[in-house]
Amino acid sequence: MDMQTLQTLLWTLAKIFIIIIPITLTVAYYTYAERKVIGYMQSRIGPNRVGPWGLLQPFADVFKLLFKEIILPANANKFLFYLAPVLTLGPALAAWAVVPFSDWLILADINASLLYVLALTSMGVYGIIVAGWASNSKYAFLGALRSAAQIISYEIAMGFALVCVLIAAGDISLKGIVEAQQGGVFDWFWLPLLPMFMVYFISGVAETNRAPFDVAEGESEIVAGFHVEYAGAAFAVFFLAEYANMILISALTALLFAGGWLSPFENVPVLGGTLLATHGIGWFLAKTVFFMFFFLWFRATFPRYRYDQIMRLGWKVLIPITIVWVVVAAVLVLTGAIVRGS
Amino acid sequence: MTAVTRYLRSLMLVELFRGLSVTWRHMVAPKFTLNYPEEKTPKSNRFRGLHALRRYPNGEERCIACKLCEAVCPALAITIDSEQRDDGTRRTTRYDIDLFKCIYCGFCEESCPVDSIVETDFHEYHFENRGENIVSKQQLLALGDRFETSIAAARRQDAAYR
Repeated sequence: MDMQTLQTLLWTLAKIFIIIIPITLTVAYYTYAERKVIGYMQSRIGPNRVGPWGLLQPFADVFKLLFKEIILPANANKFLFYLAPVLTLGPALAAWAVVPFSDWLILADINASLLYVLALTSMGVYGIIVAGWASNSKYAFLGALRSAAQIISYEIAMGFALVCVLIAAGDISLKGIVEAQQGGVFDWFWLPLLPMFMVYFISGVAETNRAPFDVAEGESEIVAGFHVEYAGAAFAVFFLAEYANMILISALTALLFAGGWLSPFENVPVLGGTLLATHGIGWFLAKTVFFMFFFLWFRATFPRYRYDQIMRLGWKVLIPITIVWVVVAAVLVLTGAIVRGS
Repeated sequence: MTAVTRYLRSLMLVELFRGLSVTWRHMVAPKFTLNYPEEKTPKSNRFRGLHALRRYPNGEERCIACKLCEAVCPALAITIDSEQRDDGTRRTTRYDIDLFKCIYCGFCEESCPVDSIVETDFHEYHFENRGENIVSKQQLLALGDRFETSIAAARRQDAAYR
């Protein structure tokens, strides 16, 4: 291996770490925020014992999990059992490769990045199915089946919602989609594609198996679903993947419907030239956090859907709406109601 | 018509947004949680916690072994043996309370003619070994010495109503 290749390799590795370490930290504090927010919504105050305001709680949790034993169930398929968490986490992290944090901060600026993201987010379900099957447990298997059916159903609605975004943006790279939304808060796609924005976010919640669509875990019915047999570090990996996926869906929502790194006050004359009107990674992070908050809010508010209700919502409500709106979006673009990159 | 309205309402997610607003209001509302070891709720002067045997100011134990508390105790938690002391008075040789049997009803305290057995406002105690739940006369007297100020203060506060 010559010097040049080695350098490229090391630099790529460094870039991967630059993305993965903040994501891992965000996941850690996302769990803390979840307990705090849900606590506050239930008139409690949440964890406050470990460190000031409980800020070290995530680390206490992580170390607890890492030092616990990973128990292999009797007659479980050892190879698949250990492979499943990795299969879940891998796509959740790999999808971040194409997420543009700002107009120049992208690890891999590929021209079909939305397709890549769609492919990888669908991959995550294999880890869940494998985990459910390899555990040799009824509950885990039921959870895996539910999860598979649910993700396939909602993938369709999600895909159609993204088709609308593609029609509106005329581009399939995430960077191009964001750039097509220039012009301030009312030029972002959430307004002309409002129903799709809702459908996408609802499908996103369903895709990540979060409340109110968490039948795959369904504590009260099937204990913990697909990860019921997992303990210690293997469970921690599933946990990490779930939260990384939530952050990813939030980031994608911010990119596709809320203008990514674009400032909402772009064309406000008074603010011209000030920090508020400047584009940058700060806006992207703020929007992502905003959408991340909704995941917690939903979990604190909505009771879990019954399984057939989830299927009904996916197939009989969301998919018809998206199909109609594909036509509407096309008409909007043709009539000039949506102007690309104004 | 109602069907159409219902359909539109569910499509507009009206109920869901109302649910979200409820949780939001709770999130921003003030919390009532007390950080227990640091903060504590006020206790009544009639609070019935761990038992104690009191002494007179001159150091003489109050208990005269009348066994009224033993008789009144609904949980049969108190066991008393007594004998005549050298100075001719009747005293207990054994005064055991089984805290696992005790229901903290306070009848022993009510029945005591000399205000000897009392329940203090101390309730933060625990046992680490089997058998520690039975507190002996020595332990009870020690508890009485330890909490005498608070016991006396609580009795003084309540005196007007007795």
